[in-house]
Amino acid sequence: MATATTPETVEKTIFEALPQFGVEESEITRESTFEELDVDSLDLAELSQIIEDEHGVQLKGDDVAKIKTVGDAIDLVVSRA
Amino acid sequence: MSRPDTAAALVTGASKGIGAAIAQALAADGWAVAVNYRSDKDGAERTVEAITEAGGKAVALHGDVANGAPQELFAKAEEELGAPVLALVNNAGVTADGLAIQMDDEAWDTVLQTNLTAAFRMTRSAMRPMIKARYGRVINVASVVGPRANPGQANYAAAKAGLIGMTKTIAHEVAKRGVTVNAVAPGFIETDMTKDVPEAVKEAVPARRAGTPEEVAAAVRFLASDDAGYVTGTTLFVDGGMSA
Repeated sequence: MATATTPETVEKTIFEALPQFGVEESEITRESTFEELDVDSLDLAELSQIIEDEHGVQLKGDDVAKIKTVGDAIDLVVSRA
Repeated sequence: MSRPDTAAALVTGASKGIGAAIAQALAADGWAVAVNYRSDKDGAERTVEAITEAGGKAVALHGDVANGAPQELFAKAEEELGAPVLALVNNAGVTADGLAIQMDDEAWDTVLQTNLTAAFRMTRSAMRPMIKARYGRVINVASVVGPRANPGQANYAAAKAGLIGMTKTIAHEVAKRGVTVNAVAPGFIETDMTKDVPEAVKEAVPARRAGTPEEVAAAVRFLASDDAGYVTGTTLFVDGGMSA
């Protein structure tokens, strides 16, 4: 199901997905790095699939390698919409 | 973790031989099975019939894994069986034998494409439903050939050895999601593929006989089961002692 892709909706998708990977909700901010949230490459690959299912935006391996913070991910998805 | 109530298995190259036996063994264990075939429609339908007559659920699924879109096969399997594919058996394989010195590019490429590249692409597509479900079983049908030499089969050996390497690495990548990835390595098994193998070769097997497709299928059935949840990245040899 495709949701309108705005910074707000993408942020919601990502913030809601991250706890599935063991991340504490209270620790998630736009500035958090995936490294400090203990989100590894498999988690990011799964997050990419969730984003693709929700927003129709495909993130490839190269893209994911460049994303460091939650904000980077949000901005990238919005730019690709 | 236990297998979800509705779960499908997709077996490639399941119209005959080891693939057909695997499809039947998985169905007997409660999997809804997609019996994939490339050209032998009758064989696939016979496999489906054997399964349904025994009380199981199966559909024939046409597709050339070496030249197709894996996602389409997975989508079709899920649609026809009403369940996500949570077990994938990469069994489809071909041979094109010849000494390396005389083996042309086509013989090399075809065997690598069907036996290794297709298995990778199918596995890549399988990861999505399996990771989402936090449950998955990938079983790659390798061979004793690969780990061991077999003159005339440099291409087959490369593909099968490659499958084992691929099995180990992907197993590591997805283990924390409850997805296991293993290989079975059959030795000489009585099927079309080995009908021209001389008797002398079978005499050299410690067990002094060829194996049966059912014996390989039993190993796959175990690896696909809940009981094998802590088994991953490994290769189970079903070869009458050949590689020991």
